[in-house]
Amino acid sequence: MKIDNSLPLEYSTEENRLKILGFWIFLGAEIALFATLFATYFTLVNRTGNGPIGADIFEVTPVLIETILLLTSSFTIGLGINAMRHGSKNAMMVFFIITLALGAGFLGTEIFEFKHYVHIGAGLQVSAFTSILLTLLGTHGAHVTLGLFWGLFIVLQVKKRGLTPETTNKAFIYSLYWHFLDVVWIFIFSFVYLKGMM
Amino acid sequence: MDYFDRFAVPHSSPMIVGSQIAIAVTVLAILVGVTYFKKWGYLWREWFTTVDHKRIGIMYILAALLMLFRGGADAILMRAQTAIPDNGLLDGQHYNEIFTTHGVVMILFMAMPFIIGLMNIVTPLQIGARDVAFPRLNAVSFWLFFWGAMLFNISFVVGGSPDAGWTAYFPLASVEFSESVGMNYYAIAIQIAGIGTLMTGINFIVTILKMRAPGMTLMKMPMFTWSILITNLIIVFAFPVLTVALALMTMDRLFGTNFFTMANGGSDMLWANLFWIWGHPEVYIVILPAFGIYSEIISTFARRNLYGYKSMVVSMVAISVLSFVVWAHHFFTMGHGAMVNGIFSITTMAIAVPTGIKIFNWLFTLWKGKIEFTVPMLYSLAFIPIFTIGGVTGVMLAMASADYQYHNTMFLVAHFHYVLIPGTVFAVLAGFTYWWPKIFNFQLSERIGKWAFWFIVVGFNVTFFPMFITGLDGQARRMYTYSEATGYGPLNLLSFVGALGLLIGFAFLVYNIYWSTRYAPRNVTSDPWNARSLEWATHSPVPEYNFAIVPEVDSSQAFWDSKNNGPALFKGKYKEIHMPNNSGVPFVLGIIFFVWGFAMVFSMWIFAIISTLGIFACMAHRSFEKDHGHHISVEEIEETEKKLRGANA
Repeated sequence: MKIDNSLPLEYSTEENRLKILGFWIFLGAEIALFATLFATYFTLVNRTGNGPIGADIFEVTPVLIETILLLTSSFTIGLGINAMRHGSKNAMMVFFIITLALGAGFLGTEIFEFKHYVHIGAGLQVSAFTSILLTLLGTHGAHVTLGLFWGLFIVLQVKKRGLTPETTNKAFIYSLYWHFLDVVWIFIFSFVYLKGMM
Repeated sequence: MDYFDRFAVPHSSPMIVGSQIAIAVTVLAILVGVTYFKKWGYLWREWFTTVDHKRIGIMYILAALLMLFRGGADAILMRAQTAIPDNGLLDGQHYNEIFTTHGVVMILFMAMPFIIGLMNIVTPLQIGARDVAFPRLNAVSFWLFFWGAMLFNISFVVGGSPDAGWTAYFPLASVEFSESVGMNYYAIAIQIAGIGTLMTGINFIVTILKMRAPGMTLMKMPMFTWSILITNLIIVFAFPVLTVALALMTMDRLFGTNFFTMANGGSDMLWANLFWIWGHPEVYIVILPAFGIYSEIISTFARRNLYGYKSMVVSMVAISVLSFVVWAHHFFTMGHGAMVNGIFSITTMAIAVPTGIKIFNWLFTLWKGKIEFTVPMLYSLAFIPIFTIGGVTGVMLAMASADYQYHNTMFLVAHFHYVLIPGTVFAVLAGFTYWWPKIFNFQLSERIGKWAFWFIVVGFNVTFFPMFITGLDGQARRMYTYSEATGYGPLNLLSFVGALGLLIGFAFLVYNIYWSTRYAPRNVTSDPWNARSLEWATHSPVPEYNFAIVPEVDSSQAFWDSKNNGPALFKGKYKEIHMPNNSGVPFVLGIIFFVWGFAMVFSMWIFAIISTLGIFACMAHRSFEKDHGHHISVEEIEETEKKLRGANA
């Protein structure tokens, strides 16, 4: 394995560079996926049948908590990558664990929010609007859930194997994924919740 | 026993019972045969666990040929049913099922894998790479496609086939109107195969962008590689739309959501839009690689440079962009208004411009060429006029106001078979024949190949040309029978005769594979066609590492130049080569996906949850696995090279 020492560890081998480009392209596909879900949401948002409209069911508090938790986690994972570039394994692990904790907090709040929707009669089957609302939020939530496990695996590997070209590559790609989920959430926050509550 | 009732086929007939028995016997025969000849170990080591792009490509093509005969059987049945008025061979339900599976199988499980198989074998060789960017992911792609296709195919004998057409329009595809599990199979089997295709897309974009031989700039890539790059870009941006559409369909059918329903705000038109936003680019996913194959073959056998390289590239890029802005032309008559219809008419007709440029480029390549009429070249030459008929009738259908006259008739059926068969099917047959000696080190018989060609090309026209006429006379597509008074009888009978001709042609193709495998001479060179691009610069069959020394390139046909006193391709000495390790996980993952899909189709939640956990276990295993591949030593390379003799020995 040829290691190019002029580059950060995560970019240092040919294989690593391929993986990073591949993941960027995967994120392109993810953008197409969420764009389709958003387009479907905008198509169905006013098709509420006998069910509630957005303004009836959205609550500011949990949404704000979710937003703050996820945005902060995007910042802490950035700090984690910065620590990784400086070669301090422990600082990186601490920031990654904080990120995962914030992510878990986000997920917990979202589960609470979902239970609330079902409770007040805005379940998955009620109308086209509730179907796509919960599917859009749920797809994002499923991504976060997967990300929690993925991040946990990476922390375990860094702990055991240290900062190697492989582990830093995984951690860097994971950070791209996590930032992406944050970007999607900003769209959800603006175009689902804010627009819905206005 | 009630539990097992769900697996029964709701509209059983002697034909389905016969197939059930035949499938059971065949599966048993394969299992017993492999065990008897003690081939399990060989299959596992050399094929099931392989990450070699050439072997994966071969498996793709094998599966595609299998599916060609499944889809072909559906087609023959359809033509037989409509051959005479008031025919009772099939009932309406059975006819609905076979035109649905014919469409799905031919597009998604025949054309796509055939193209992806050729692209797997050829692309890394054409760019001078040793494998694709992510060999393990490539194996995952294949096994997801394979097990997805298998899941779709068992619908015929377990639980009932999908029956709402390959476009699965709502509300017809909803639980209310398609009660059997057939449409569940559609939603879930295509989903599994589609995920595999998406990963192929990512894999090949990275491979082509990052792994080209030194000196091969983008504008020096062979045209086939260009077509593959653009195709995969389309895959990456179109397939997520299908993923979402199928997921929403699955939720509507299994969990009672209201996306495409008729009540509670659902919108059936939303399905049509989502389906075709994927579906139209999909058409170009199967046609652009065909254009690439023809470009290679025409330039090889006309013994001339490809005319208009830059305009070929620009026109493909233009087609790929336009492919995303024409989808509504598939349902002009569903009432989205004059303005929308007008815009989509114009974008659709615009596609004829870049396509026309390509047609003229091929003609100018042929102009004053020393044309050699080999089998691949015959398919390419037949393609140009026949495809043009398909294209011109496509422009007729693109005129929204005129489309009201012949939409949903046999005219449409004739049109899209006139583009898909000479476009994609002729191309994969041509590519298959052209690259066969690269893979197996002997050529398919030209004599038998020409018999196959003439039967296929004449049979095709006899089958589909009459449909233009019956379509203009008003014969609706997907109509399982008609009365004698309509007068459609004679031309439909002619179509059936043509279909038999096609059947004979494909039988020749199979016989050719058999005959050539047994009797064809084995002393061909590594460059039997006197071709132009890099895949012909290495040995046949290609060694595991493709190129002992990475070639250096300074034009789009570096191999041709090097044969004609140009600069040498292979400079320097052998070095140790790093190659990826085999793995059984992709195969296992494919099987788990199959179980997951089956459990979802029949709403067996416990199995679905267990297999979901299995899928995540495979992913976790991959995350923790340490796999650094293996190295091929210089001595080993020297030995292999000596044994293979060849271009750079």
